[in-house]
Amino acid sequence: MSDILPAVCAPAIRAGHPRPGPGPASGPPAMRRALILGAAAVAAVLLAAPLAVILASALAEGPRAALAALAEPAARSAIGLTLLVAAIVMPVNLVVGIAAAWTVARFDFRGKAALLALIELPFSVSPVVVGLALVLLYGSGGILAPVLAPLGVKIVFALPAIVLATLFITFPFIARALIPLMQEQGAAEEEAALTLGAGPLRMFLTVTLPNIRWTLLQAVLLCNARAMGEFGAVAVVSGKIRGQTATMPIMIEMLYNEYLSTAAFAMSGLLAALALVTLALKARLEDVRPGAAAARGHP
Amino acid sequence: MALLLRRTSPLPGFHAGLAISLGALGLIVMLPLAALLGRGVAMGPEALIGHLAQPRVIAALWLSFRAAIGAAAVSGLLGLILAWVLVRYRFPGRRLLDAAMDLPFALPTAVAGIALTALYAPTGAFGRVLEPLGLRIAYAEAGIWLALVFVGLPFVVRSLQPVIADLDPGQEEASATLGASRLRTLRHVVLPVLTPALTTGMALALARGAGEYGSVIFIAGNLPNLTEIAPLLIVIRLEEYDYDAAAAIGLAMLAIAFVLLLAINAAQSWSRRRTGHA
Repeated sequence: MSDILPAVCAPAIRAGHPRPGPGPASGPPAMRRALILGAAAVAAVLLAAPLAVILASALAEGPRAALAALAEPAARSAIGLTLLVAAIVMPVNLVVGIAAAWTVARFDFRGKAALLALIELPFSVSPVVVGLALVLLYGSGGILAPVLAPLGVKIVFALPAIVLATLFITFPFIARALIPLMQEQGAAEEEAALTLGAGPLRMFLTVTLPNIRWTLLQAVLLCNARAMGEFGAVAVVSGKIRGQTATMPIMIEMLYNEYLSTAAFAMSGLLAALALVTLALKARLEDVRPGAAAARGHP
Repeated sequence: MALLLRRTSPLPGFHAGLAISLGALGLIVMLPLAALLGRGVAMGPEALIGHLAQPRVIAALWLSFRAAIGAAAVSGLLGLILAWVLVRYRFPGRRLLDAAMDLPFALPTAVAGIALTALYAPTGAFGRVLEPLGLRIAYAEAGIWLALVFVGLPFVVRSLQPVIADLDPGQEEASATLGASRLRTLRHVVLPVLTPALTTGMALALARGAGEYGSVIFIAGNLPNLTEIAPLLIVIRLEEYDYDAAAAIGLAMLAIAFVLLLAINAAQSWSRRRTGHA
């Protein structure tokens, strides 16, 4: 990859490869050991311990109790709803994310900085404020109520609002991951494909997509984890109707507040497993194409 | 729309791409935010200030932003160490540690919330040890900071890693050769180059932390005026169908976050001009 890129891109591409070996400011072995141990301790307390406690709490009454809790009708419905929401949200995100990245990374136009700022805006809006805004727009006392009520369309406290809330939260993920990569790669290969007679679709499928696929896949994985795990925005707009509008994270909250610890942590265990699979696949993808390191385009 | 293009390009899809981006942005992001803004305009500045000028609201907003700023600072320090260790050192388990840094991005906030609570509650594995020492984490403000550090840490680590990887050890060598102490090299050679990325990561952590809900509400204790964060107060007002009060707090959160990010941006470009560092 890097051999056909212009030389100016080289330092940025190299940024993905950690330089091997300690530098001179890395200090004497004692300090190095202390820093490594410190980093490991932070990771153990902050990252490993929560995972361990989820597993331990889910299995506190034995694996059979955990599985039975997940087989409850309300739990099954929550799992189904979460999968459905992700299945609706991800294709939309994919199309919009690639379109936005293409527009921002490949063209120079007035208002580009503003567009980029707007694409990143959802990162700095509280999920609860997202839910609130949707209620004020689509809710029974909201701005669109006079239009929606006569039509019998129910958005808030139903699937559409859960989807809209999740779309808002995950909006920047894919574009944000692709833009730096596509800017770095430049348009030379795509222009060459066009010059050689390829149509726009062929150019996209044979040049653009292969060039971005690993980073795109990583972004899709993280975006999906966030979509399935979104809590604050969904908590506000879902109405938390058990068996109907309760997603997996909402179900976790309800079970936890009812002191049904095993059930809450069994459901948490499922989502934690999803998170671990996401991380493992993401790390694996970095091996496939180290140039597209995750350091860029984090959510 | 062709007038928008500053430079003509042989590439296709500008108009389609822009139309899809703007259409989705408008429908998904801007329309709901406009409804929120509209609610604020409709109630007028007096009602808005009336809803905000209550001790409970001010306490919640102050708590959310205080904890977010504090947690961003802690994340900055821990993230600097973690990123440095991950990029500069080779040790067994480094790749596992690197992959684990993304866990807070991938783990749902509600899951993180109940897991941290289970650990730090007075009966939990860590709480049992800390409580007799007088260190109360769960159901106290410290718990909120902890949850926000969990959420914010990866923003700092992932912002710093590529910049540390790109540092030229030759500059550090030169500094050492010229007689600078290790601390002096760190302060005058390494840190100035890292500052922009560090600031970016901390700003992201701050923005995320101020609005964070899921990981915080389980561990916070949620006592009004003490450990009740602003997003929770919005939820409470919504459950009371007091939409104006909820909208007022939501708008205040947006405004404060916006001003903070703007200030960080301004500080960053000021220091860039002053020091000449990119």
